[in-house]
Amino acid sequence: MNLEQPNLNYIKELSGGDVDFEQKMLSILKNELPTEIEVYEKNIENQDFKKVAEIVHKIKHKISILGLPKSHEFAVQFENELRNENMQKHESFLKLLKLMSNFLDKV
Amino acid sequence: MNCLIIDDESAARAIVEQLCKNEGSLQVIEQFSNAIQAIKYLNQNEIDLIFLDIHMPDFTGFDLIQTLKNPPRIILTTSDEKFAIDAFEYDCIVDYLVKPITLPRFIKAVEKAKKFKFNTAQNASPSNGEAKEEDKQLYINIDRRLIKIEIPSINVVEAKGDYILIKTQDKNYTVHSTLKKIEEKLPNDLFLKVHRSYIINLKRIVDIEDNSVLIEKDVIPVSRSNRSELMKRLNLL
Repeated sequence: MNLEQPNLNYIKELSGGDVDFEQKMLSILKNELPTEIEVYEKNIENQDFKKVAEIVHKIKHKISILGLPKSHEFAVQFENELRNENMQKHESFLKLLKLMSNFLDKV
Repeated sequence: MNCLIIDDESAARAIVEQLCKNEGSLQVIEQFSNAIQAIKYLNQNEIDLIFLDIHMPDFTGFDLIQTLKNPPRIILTTSDEKFAIDAFEYDCIVDYLVKPITLPRFIKAVEKAKKFKFNTAQNASPSNGEAKEEDKQLYINIDRRLIKIEIPSINVVEAKGDYILIKTQDKNYTVHSTLKKIEEKLPNDLFLKVHRSYIINLKRIVDIEDNSVLIEKDVIPVSRSNRSELMKRLNLL
C-alpha cells in the first residue's frame, strides 16, 4: 500500500482535456477531504465504529479517484473490520489520509 | 435519453455527469444528493434512465426503487461489489457499475440501457416471482423523511382530522393523510374498515363485543353497518 502515490490519472482520463471538469474535481476533493478527516478523527476518538465505517465508506471513493487501487482495497477491508468493531488498521488509514491530503495541498 | 443522477457524494455526481458528457447521447436533467428529493421529482416527471447510488444515508438506492410504482431503467453505481446479487432481484436494473467508473464500462452500460426492454408492467417487482416484498411495505412521509413500515405489523389506523394515526406493534406514527388513502394501500384480506374512523388488522383481534373490538390493548368501536362484514370475515365456530 505504501508504494502507491496519489495521482490525477483517473481525473485526466475522464476529463479528456476538459479543464473545467479537472478543476471542479480538485475543488471538491480539496474542500471535502479535510472535513471528512476531521469527522473520521472525531468518530475514532468517540470509538463510534458505525460512524467511522460510514466516513471510511465515503472517503473510499476519493481514494480510488486519486488512483490508489491497493489503498482502496485496504479501505474496503478496514470498513468491513470496523463493522465488526475492529479498528486495528486505524493508524495506517490515517497515514493514507495524510498522504492524500498532502498531495491535494500541492496540486 | 434523459437521465437523473442520484448520489450523496458530490464527487460521484460530477464523475457521472462527465461520463454522460463523454458518452454523448445522454442528457442529465437533474442531480440529487438524497433519495427523498429524487422520489418527489420522479413522481412528477418522466425519466428514461437513473444512475443510482446504493449506499446513501437513511434511504438506500434499493429503498428508492421499492417506492417507485413504475421505475425507469436504472444503472446502479456503487463502491460495494457485494450488492450485485441483490441488484438482479429487480427487473428495472440494467447494469451495476463499481466505482471508480471508467468510460468504456460506462458506455457498455448505457448501450445495455438503450436496448433494455422491461419484462413486466411491475418493474420494481423482484424477478423471482416470490411474494412481492414491496406489497408488504408502506412508506410514510414524516418530517420530509420516508419511513418504511411493514404492513403486517400495523394493528390499527385511526382518522384524526387531517391526519391518521398508524399504530404498529412497535411504534405509533401520525401522518398527514386520510383513512381512504391508506385503505387503498392495505390488503383487503388483512384489513377491514370497522368504523368511519378506524381500520383494523383482522389478525390482531383479541375479542369482539357487541359494538367494539379489542385489538391488542385498544378498544376500537365497530359501527352497526360494518359489523356484519366483520362477522363474515371471522372464522366462526
